[in-house]
Amino acid sequence: MLPSYLTLAAILFCIGLYGALAKRNAIIVLLSLELMLNAVNLNLIAFSKYGVVPSLTGQIFSVFTITVAAAEAAVAVAVLIALFRARGTVDVEHMNAMRR
Amino acid sequence: MFNVEVNGPFVAFFVFAAIMIGGAVLMISLEKVVHMVVSMAAVFLGLAGMYVLLDAEFAAFVQVLIYAGAVSILMVFGIMMTKHNAAKEPVRPLHETLAAVGALSLFGLLFYAIRQTDIPETGAAGAGGAPGAVTDNTLAIGELLYTGYIVPFELLSVLLTVAFIGAISLAKKEAE
Repeated sequence: MLPSYLTLAAILFCIGLYGALAKRNAIIVLLSLELMLNAVNLNLIAFSKYGVVPSLTGQIFSVFTITVAAAEAAVAVAVLIALFRARGTVDVEHMNAMRR
Repeated sequence: MFNVEVNGPFVAFFVFAAIMIGGAVLMISLEKVVHMVVSMAAVFLGLAGMYVLLDAEFAAFVQVLIYAGAVSILMVFGIMMTKHNAAKEPVRPLHETLAAVGALSLFGLLFYAIRQTDIPETGAAGAGGAPGAVTDNTLAIGELLYTGYIVPFELLSVLLTVAFIGAISLAKKEAE
């Protein structure tokens, strides 16, 4: 079963990568990032059951990852709201103040 | 990989996988932002079902609470607080094609690596002494969290506090 889970996680990660690269709405980019993090979590938990040395460490790691992802989502939405207040847009194409 | 017997967990795996991949593809292809968030919630719930299949009940409940609950609602609030005009943006065909080629080539690489790797068949159904397979999963995780992983756990609490205070002070209205 392990290759099936790994393939599923790879599919999810690649869909998330495409969304993060190609989408212009910053909220959707954030959602794609969450999708990629979730794919990693699926890998961790799959290895914690089907890995060479099954143990709970994978699940502990995935819980830590979920916590960090929640903190990241909160800060990112706050940054987006502040940015929208300052610039009036959430288009990632317009977030190039440091490039000019 | 392709000659496994059809049984309950196998069918459940395919149902959850179909929900998750369908939700993810819809998330990419839908037009409205709120619809994208709802399809993402379907992906999160499918992942929770997958965790139950993998004997990780605690992670499944955390997934439902944090992702399907908190993160989805947070994203809906983010959409509500910002403006999303329906005006058609100019499409960027070259950029999107390059992104698709990059993602597809990464998937090809990962798929090749997964198929080439010789994974030993161990550990299924709690053989090899998986502690959480038969006993209480949440109890085992709690014991491990408060013995072996106490320092990362405390650091994570500090990180959460800092992140939430930072989020509040970032999103607070600037004093004139």
